[in-house]
Amino acid sequence: MKLGKVLEIIEGKLITENIDLDQDIEMGCGADLMSDVLAFTHEGTLLMSGLTNPQVVRTAEMAGIKAIVFVRGKIPPPETIALAEGKGIPLLASKFTMFETCGRIYQAGLPGCGLFELTLRRWRDAFEES
Amino acid sequence: MPSRKADRPSDVDQELAREITIRQALAYELKIAQAMSSDVISVPPSLTMAEFGEILRTNGISGTPVVEGDRMVGIISTEDLIKALKAGEMDATVGEKMTPDPETLYADEPLVRAIGKFSKLKYGRFPIIGHKGDMVGIITPGDIAQAMLRQLETDYHEEEMHRYRASHIFEDIVADDIALVFGYRVAAGDIIRAGEASSELRKTLSRLGIPPPIIRRVSVATYEAEMNIVIFSDGGEIVAEVRPDRIRVEALDKGEGIPDVEQAMQPGYSTAPPWVQEMGFGAGMGLPNIHACADVMSLESKVGIGTHLEIVIYIQ
Repeated sequence: MKLGKVLEIIEGKLITENIDLDQDIEMGCGADLMSDVLAFTHEGTLLMSGLTNPQVVRTAEMAGIKAIVFVRGKIPPPETIALAEGKGIPLLASKFTMFETCGRIYQAGLPGCGLFELTLRRWRDAFEES
Repeated sequence: MPSRKADRPSDVDQELAREITIRQALAYELKIAQAMSSDVISVPPSLTMAEFGEILRTNGISGTPVVEGDRMVGIISTEDLIKALKAGEMDATVGEKMTPDPETLYADEPLVRAIGKFSKLKYGRFPIIGHKGDMVGIITPGDIAQAMLRQLETDYHEEEMHRYRASHIFEDIVADDIALVFGYRVAAGDIIRAGEASSELRKTLSRLGIPPPIIRRVSVATYEAEMNIVIFSDGGEIVAEVRPDRIRVEALDKGEGIPDVEQAMQPGYSTAPPWVQEMGFGAGMGLPNIHACADVMSLESKVGIGTHLEIVIYIQ
């Protein structure tokens, strides 16, 4: 899905300048825990988050996140914006809640990041081993 | 548990950060001297407007400084020429029609000063002077755009060049065993800069031509390890050793150490203070994450001395 389409679906606004709206996003992840972002995403993911500190951008850089959407109308502080512009990571704003922002994008066809070994191991431990 | 408060940047710093975007950083880096045209055509005040028009036409320019002796006395442009033409005053002298005492800029000022002046004063050009008041050049908005494009191109080529040179290093060096070692220092409690070591390592690995999926695993593991050093220790270092077939990362710190390593490895177990959780960390996923990224992981910790984490990721 093109980043421009995401912007349209969430009726969003651009926070950083010079964004290439033609770039492709392959999947989405909604999280406020940065370790979850690091563990449960892949290269090319769109991140939805309610957290706005600069570590969100660092996390995105490390995890190969394509772009970040801040939910609930949250606008990140200048140091976050400056870091994102330096790293070339587009920042978008959505006025909707995390649930609705993700829901709109998912409904429009953007898939999630799938299942992860880390989760499955825990799942088996809890529900499948007697 | 050390619960240092992160150094919050002052309001002034925040204001500055808002203003300095990457694009604007270029305007701060470049000096006016790098953007201006130093080949300046000037006219004397005694010239008639008709003669001035001819000079503009033959040189393909839209304005010039007016110079008497070696002193700049004014500036004159196409706009003044059109006004004179409308009023039928083409026989008037440049000295009568010019804008006297024009606004000037110094050659060694950052380019951003010129940008500021253009947007405030709406003039088409500014003469550039040296510190003795001598005219050394002229600048137009077009000169600024060109200088910035040139600089962007240079920066871009430099990164390409770094990447090319670095990616051939393993082929260029002849030895039975090659290892490149990179070391990064990590300061305790500096939550704003936390992640810089991982960011620099990521950039270095990318220049070395390491496959992106491998880079991602190394970056994620290193970043989690770096956050642990920042949050829980009294400072430490990250050492990465890159070989053609594998990357080994060590994170060493001095600090309280981990009393029960097995417990610390459990997903969800955390001793992080609230300020760390507000940053989106400290949910007890750091070590399990590192474990998931690594092919080999070892963690040794001595209470009161420090922690030594080592991971290996193979490059297939």
